[in-house]
Amino acid sequence: MAHKFPSDEWVKAVRELLNSSDSYQRSAKDWEGDFIFVVEPDEVYADTAYLHLELYHGSSPGAAMVDPDNLPETEYAINAPFSTWRKVIDGKLDPIQGMMTGQLKLKGNLMKIMRYPKAAQEIVACCAKVPTD
Amino acid sequence: MWHFVSPRIVFGEASLSSLEEISMSRALVVTDKNLVQIGLVEPVLDRIKKSGCEVLVFDDVEPDPTLAAVELGKKAANDFQPDWIIGLGGGSPMDTAKAIWVLYERPDLIPAEINPFIHLGLREKSRLITIPTTSGTGAEITWAIVLTDSENKRKMGLGNRENAADIALVDPALASGMPPQLTADTGLDALTHAVEGFICTWHTDITDGLCLNAAREILQYLPTAYEASQSDNPTKEHFQLAREKMHNAATSAGMGFGNAMASLAHAMGHVLGSVFHIPHGRAVGLCLPYTIEFASRGEDPSQINTLARILGIKGSKTKIGGEFSAALRDLAKTVENPISLAEMGLDKKTYTEQLEKMVDDAFNDTQIITAPRAPSYQELEKLFQYVYDGQPVDF
Repeated sequence: MAHKFPSDEWVKAVRELLNSSDSYQRSAKDWEGDFIFVVEPDEVYADTAYLHLELYHGSSPGAAMVDPDNLPETEYAINAPFSTWRKVIDGKLDPIQGMMTGQLKLKGNLMKIMRYPKAAQEIVACCAKVPTD
Repeated sequence: MWHFVSPRIVFGEASLSSLEEISMSRALVVTDKNLVQIGLVEPVLDRIKKSGCEVLVFDDVEPDPTLAAVELGKKAANDFQPDWIIGLGGGSPMDTAKAIWVLYERPDLIPAEINPFIHLGLREKSRLITIPTTSGTGAEITWAIVLTDSENKRKMGLGNRENAADIALVDPALASGMPPQLTADTGLDALTHAVEGFICTWHTDITDGLCLNAAREILQYLPTAYEASQSDNPTKEHFQLAREKMHNAATSAGMGFGNAMASLAHAMGHVLGSVFHIPHGRAVGLCLPYTIEFASRGEDPSQINTLARILGIKGSKTKIGGEFSAALRDLAKTVENPISLAEMGLDKKTYTEQLEKMVDDAFNDTQIITAPRAPSYQELEKLFQYVYDGQPVDF
């Protein structure tokens, strides 16, 4: 079944895929730090959505679309307009290239992310694997 | 959207003399003791001093430069307050010069913080000139900085577009005396840049031509440049031509892959360098035929096939990747470089003991993300084993 992006079901489906990925478990075995993906409005999407992905030692303990008034504190946040996120999910934009060109805006400890390229790649691969409307 | 970054390049015979035209008052020359000893630093200093510029030589750079060397250089820069920093040598001095420059301008940073996502605001205190004395690394062009974290035996891939040099002086005379082994290693390094810059997933229309031409020139001229390095009469015209072609090809490959990316052979080669101290060019050149074979057996080998065809490699769609790898191994043999780690005499037991760490480290190398065929953990472990045994990739 295809999930709407962005939605609670979609980010939970990403979590499930991460938790069943051996490659993610190994590549992120030391990783600690949750993410908030902020989907910003543009000409095709009118709202702002916040997707929270918990990540701890090679697994994802939780994932949810969260209320803007109740945002959890996370180590990382990535902001981009809806259409840019769709390009990432559809494999048309490499997220690291997106960050290097400012299309995706990352807040958080960059040094740490640069040490885990494989884990970052696995997260994107799992996002791309979720059947998306 | 993407960017193409390059210094102003002064190249060809006597390009070193253009140093005399640059207005400098205090120049910090970052190099190594070997280059001082063999007399390659002196002609640079002579030209800088002609304009009355004060010069400090920092020659504490060693192969596989460490964070400690960068810290020492930063201190030298802070004490001397240069308005130009000059990286002179192979990749190690040039990368060290880039790191020293960033930390001199931005004392609030540590080396590990030099990444492509931040604004550095360089060029407030000084600017950077790079002068290669080998024909291989492309470090004169690229904004990448490779340092070694000696504590964790790991290469750190750092850099930011801003820290590309202002001027690259690419004078073939400086590389014309390279000994055979260095000629071979650096030539294969340049070839790996050209090939991986063309086949990586970040290749672009702008970088493809540079990589392609560099690959063609290196395949044609590396054997002659190697012959020149062994000759009693290296000044013969065809030897000099080969040296100059190799020098320019290395810079072109640097512009190509530096604005695209490298790929799996670099991720694996960095690990071999940091764990077993295999020189960078030898390590990546050794891995390249295996990673090409592996990628050519993937879902979409079209970019590899295109490159192979343009380079004149014959073979059907399914065989051409293997033929390309065979040609790369033939070139390595021509320049008397090993085609397996066993041939280099590396102890198999030690190698096997390090395998798990090597696979993890290669997966944490930034160059792996642009591999045209992404390996699994199992496949990468197998690739490392095949590189040891010299077995053509069959999976």
